[in-house]
This record gives sequence, structure tokens and C-alpha cells, in this order.
Amino acid sequence: MKARQGLRVTIACAVALLGAARADAAVNVVTSTQDLAAIVKEVGGDKVAVESLARGYQDPHFVEAKPSFILRLSRADLLVAVGRELEIGWLPPLLTQSRNARIQPGGRGYLDASQTAEILDIPTGPVTRAMGDVHPQGNPHFWLDPRNGRRIAQAVQARLSEISPADAAYFAARYADFDKRLAAGEQRWKAAMAPYQGLKVVTYHRSWTNFAKAFGIDVIGFVEPKPGIPPSPAHTLRLEEEMKRQGVKIVLVEPYFDAKTPKAIGRDTGAEVLVMLPSVGGVNEVKDYIQLFDYDINLLVAAIRKSGGR
Amino acid sequence: MAPFSVVNARLIPSCAVVLVLAAAAPLGAQTPPVPPVSAPQQAAAADAAVREEVARLREEFERIRESYGARLAALEARLGATSEPAPMPATPPAPGVSTATPGAGLDAAGTSPPAPAVSESATPMPTGGASALSKIFNPDIAVVGNFLGAAGRNAVEPAPALEMHEAEVSLQAIVDPYARADFFLAASPEGLEIEEGFLTLTSLPGGLLAKVGKLKQQFGKVNTLHAHALPWVDAPLVVKNLLGGEEGLNDSGVSVSRLIPNPLVFLEATGEVYQGTAGPFQAQDRSDVSWLGRLRGYRDLTEGTNLDLGASFTRGHNDAGPSTRTRLFGIDATVRYRPLRRASYRRFLGRTELMWSRRGESDRDVSAFGMYASGEYQFARRWFGGLRYDRSQRAQDSSLTDSGPSFLLTYWPSEFSQMRAQYRRTRYGEQVTSNELLFQFLFSIGAHGGHTF
Repeated sequence: MKARQGLRVTIACAVALLGAARADAAVNVVTSTQDLAAIVKEVGGDKVAVESLARGYQDPHFVEAKPSFILRLSRADLLVAVGRELEIGWLPPLLTQSRNARIQPGGRGYLDASQTAEILDIPTGPVTRAMGDVHPQGNPHFWLDPRNGRRIAQAVQARLSEISPADAAYFAARYADFDKRLAAGEQRWKAAMAPYQGLKVVTYHRSWTNFAKAFGIDVIGFVEPKPGIPPSPAHTLRLEEEMKRQGVKIVLVEPYFDAKTPKAIGRDTGAEVLVMLPSVGGVNEVKDYIQLFDYDINLLVAAIRKSGGR
Repeated sequence: MAPFSVVNARLIPSCAVVLVLAAAAPLGAQTPPVPPVSAPQQAAAADAAVREEVARLREEFERIRESYGARLAALEARLGATSEPAPMPATPPAPGVSTATPGAGLDAAGTSPPAPAVSESATPMPTGGASALSKIFNPDIAVVGNFLGAAGRNAVEPAPALEMHEAEVSLQAIVDPYARADFFLAASPEGLEIEEGFLTLTSLPGGLLAKVGKLKQQFGKVNTLHAHALPWVDAPLVVKNLLGGEEGLNDSGVSVSRLIPNPLVFLEATGEVYQGTAGPFQAQDRSDVSWLGRLRGYRDLTEGTNLDLGASFTRGHNDAGPSTRTRLFGIDATVRYRPLRRASYRRFLGRTELMWSRRGESDRDVSAFGMYASGEYQFARRWFGGLRYDRSQRAQDSSLTDSGPSFLLTYWPSEFSQMRAQYRRTRYGEQVTSNELLFQFLFSIGAHGGHTF
């Protein structure tokens, strides 16, 4: 019995080792969020093995620096991070402990996706924590503009080609295909949103600045009084008055926030409360970057129609 | 900004070397060779050789200067470009237009991502001026204030009614591509001390991670945590009784750890050696270093639940005699629960540590045991409730046992401040009981790095 168990363990180990060896053939990419993983997959195809640390339904500001993540980072050839201090609370200690020289900041195996993206909300005046949990380097939710998705894909393509030059043509072809599908998607989404340009909405957190700019939406307020500060009754009252004054009928909430206050706002103002996805993987059926916008735009358009136009 | 500065920093020493060479060479040429009278021809030949060398060096210097000048100009141009977003490449819906040159759009825009330093400010900084440069390379600085209050009676270890217990200043930065450094200076009523100050070598071969400096020793869990990261106002009794005071094991030394690859769990082995003067240890001789070994296993049970187990051993000389030793053995277990979808609202952390101390004295060994078990539950976005049970014998006299429960309530106005109240009832070995209410205000300013898990 014992011998058989031993044999089983040996086989399991051998299989695991073989699996590891096979994974080695591809470029091993770890991303901080599922959006980045989706884009890496678009460009890298089957020449990369990619996994994300955070899940799409998780608040990317508050991910725990679990040792299981250290294991994944220790094997990575490339780490793609959102940057702009989104992961400041959890990625640096993981990187230090990863024992992986390849992916340390500054190296070829570390890609900060924000470096080539269009970044909004960069504070111009002095920044203090009296403003809440502000991001002094600008809004890190920049992937919610498809044009930034394209820029990230370009950066990923360039970096993958550097790491695996033999596959450069493959990555270029994959990028061209993604670029084409994304452009078609952009036309589709823009067309769907065309009748609602200048739509006024309220969002929970400041996650939708890039999305709003891309699709002609006007964010007039936030459920949070300040970034990272939970809703207060006084702020909620002021917000409701403002919503009534401006006729705002849409409230966008990220899936990881408590919907209690937004729902109360919806009841008081007659606005539709939408759980929009800020990330791939926020719900099971949203598996890639293009589906993310399909899902969000469909949801938004349906809600606008339901709430009676703008 | 970073690439510019890096090149600049490299340029300066290389220029300096060339300059020194260039300056030294003519000096050498002017000093006459050692036997000046007997071999003037020889001297002339040597002189010519030196002159040639100088000319060559000058030429080389010019070349280097030119090449760096060009590179600097290119980098400056790039910097200008990075402050604007990468322009969109042509993406007409017509198929097959954006084609095969890898990274063509990027290179054309001249914005291949510059290597970022972790603390780098990504908003474009004004170029030029030493002050701007020094700001960029400044370490992340933060101060954590830990203010304590106490009410009630405690005849055994009375704490002041109100005390600015500690101000911890942290200075953290990446040293070079191979290492980072972290300093934690603790200012307290007892004075200023280096709580921790160490270099972490992040790029060692063989999957090794090494730390050198003053460290909190990897003995169990609570010993590795800074005061402001504890889930209580005070440290558990076992730390005071067996690890030699609230500071615990904290010493100058070297720590090396390695992951042990296996398909089942995260397994980390750590070996450390210290000066041997922390906690219960008192080195009398240079060779009286203390040794520590730790094995830690971790596994995700579900995506929101995980189990963390560890065993630690350390030994060193104590103060009982010329060659007496103390050995400490500990095991720790932690269960964490934090549902990913509600990470800001709910979490639970349950932890227990058991420690055994064997203190050698000249005529006998004193064996003592201590433990604590603690649970902390977040029941609202800003509220945590907790409890802890302590029980510990004393390392020097195991016939005395201190024990008692604590109940805690913590309020978080934001991530950067918290208020905590703790009711503590302690029954000391001397048959004295104390009932106390402890209060704590914790507040943090600046950029404090994330904590290890």
C-alpha cells in the first residue's frame, strides 16, 4: 500500500515536472490584473503562458500579497503591471520576495503598462491625503479606454518580441489581428453610444474617467466623497440633489463595492444602478478585452433606454 | 526621467576616470625618468611614448564625450515625447494595414517604455537642476505615530496613562538593479534606535533571497511584525516572557532564505545568523553568535481562504554563565479568510503561536512554555473586533505563569489612521490580577511600503 502510494507520488511529481518543462517552452507571463492577461493572450497566443494575480471581480487596490503569488512570480519571464501606484500596496513586497532577477523593475522582464497609455486625472496642484486615497501619478483605471488597450497591446508586443525574438513575426501577426478586431469593436461601441453623447452619470469610485472620455459620457459626481473614503450621509444627500437638478439617471458601481448606498440613491432619484465591470473576469462570460466593452456598453445602453433616454 | 539620470550618473564616473588619466599622464611626462643623466635618449623615447599615450587618451575622451552627448540629446528628445501619450498608429478598419514590423508604432513614436523605478514619479518632472534629481532618487519616506493610553490598575508592569510610545520613520528605496534597502528608525521615550535597517539582495542565483543588516528575526509571526502592524495594542505575554521583552528578537545579522519547489505548497526555508545580543541572548564572546532556522508552509485552501504554518528554532548564549545557552522552539499557525468580492468589508484572521524556551543555567535547565491564540474579524468597512488569550510561563522561573484574555475593537477612518481599544485582564504569576483599558492611535504619513504577508 505504502509502496503504491510512493509510486503515485513519484508519478505526480514527474507529471508536474514535465508540465513545468512544457510550460518553459512558452514565455511565462504574469500580470497583475486579468485585463492585462487578456491583452497578453491576444498578442502572445500559444507562445505565452499567462496568468493574472488579481481576479477581475476583485478590487485591484486591495489584493493580498499571498505567498502563492510569490511562487508564480518566481517562475515568470515577464511581469506586466498596471502601474500608476495601483498595485503599490501589494506588488512591491511580492517582487522583493520573488527571488527573480528577470522581473525586477528596470529589467527586461518588467513592463509597466501605463508608460505608453494616455493617463487622465493627473493632479496638477499639491497632492495631500486630505484628498483621500489619491493617485498622484494619475488615474490607474486607464485600460477602460480601448485606445489604451491598443497601446498596451503594442507595448506587450514589443516586449514579447524582445524576450522571444524568434516569435516576433507571430506576435506581430497576432497584434495586427487584435488591432483589427478592436477597431471593429470601437466602431460598434461608438455607434451604440452615439445617440447618448454627453450622458450624465454618477459612479462609485473614480474608475471610469477613461471610459467616459472614450464614449462621450459626463461623470458629474461620485458616491465616494473622496477616493477610498466610504459614502457619508451628508455627501449622499448633496449628490442626490445634484443628480435631481441635472437629471442624472445612471449610477455605475464596481462589482466589489457595497451596493447599499447606490441602491438608496437609485430609490431616491429614480436612477438605474448598474454593476458595470471594470475588468475582464468580473463575471464568467466576460473572458477577453473586447467582450468587456461589449458587456459594459450593452448594459449601459439597455439601462439608458430603460431610464428613458438621457 | 529615470533613463536620463541613469546615463548621467554613469557618465560622470567614466568621464572622471578619463579626466584623471588625462591629467595624470602629462604629470608623469614632466617628471623625468629615474636615471636622467645616464640615459637621456631613453628618457626622450619614454617621453614620446607618454605623449603619444596622452594624445590617444585625449582622442578617446573626445570620442566618448561626443557619443554621450549624442545619446543625451536623444534621451532628452525621448523624455519630451514620453510626457505625451503614444500617438495612435493608423488603425483603419480596412484589414491588413497595420502589419508586421514588431513594435514599429512604438519605435516611430520613440516611446518604448522607459525603465521605471518603483518610487519614480511618472508625471514629467522638470529636467535639470540638482534639486529635481535629488527628489527623484530620494527614498520613500513615511512616519508612523503610535500613541498609547492606559487606564485601570496594573501593579506588575504599569504603563503610563498617556504616552507617545513610538514614532517609526521608514526610508525605503531600490539600491541598484540587484538590491533594495529598508530602514526603520524608531524614536521612543527611550531614545532613537534602528528598529530595522537592512539590504535585501533580490537578484541572487539559485532562488536565494538574502538580507543583511539589523533585522527582526524570522522566529514565528509576531516577532517579525512592527508594533504598528500588530492587531493588538500590546505584545502578547509570551513575547515579553520568552523572547526577552516587547522588542523581541531583533539583532544584527544575515538571513538567507530559499523556496523549496514542490507541486503542493509554498515552502520556504530560512537560515539566519546573528551577533547574539537580542532578547534572551547575551553573547560574551565574538564566537557566541546565535543561529536560527525556520520552515514555513503556505497553501491556498480556496481563493479567499488560506493556511500558513511555520516552525522556528533558535539558539544562542544567555546571561546565566560563561557557556550557558538558551534554545527556543516555536510553531505557528494562521488561518486567513478574505472573500475577494468583498475584500474591503470582510476578513478574518486567526492565529496561534506556541513557544518553548529551554534556558541553560550553570546547574540546571529551566524549561518554560508560552502561547497565545488570537482572532480578528472585520465586520464592516471600518470596524474590526478581536480577542486574544495569553498564557506564558517565565523563561527564568517556570513556576510563575501569567495568563489572561483581551478584547479589542478597532476603527479605521481611512487606510492611514486607526483607533483601537483593548480591555485586558491579566493574572500574573505573583497572584496579582490587573484589569486595564488600553487605547491606541496609529497614524501614518508619507509613502509607507506594503507589508509582507
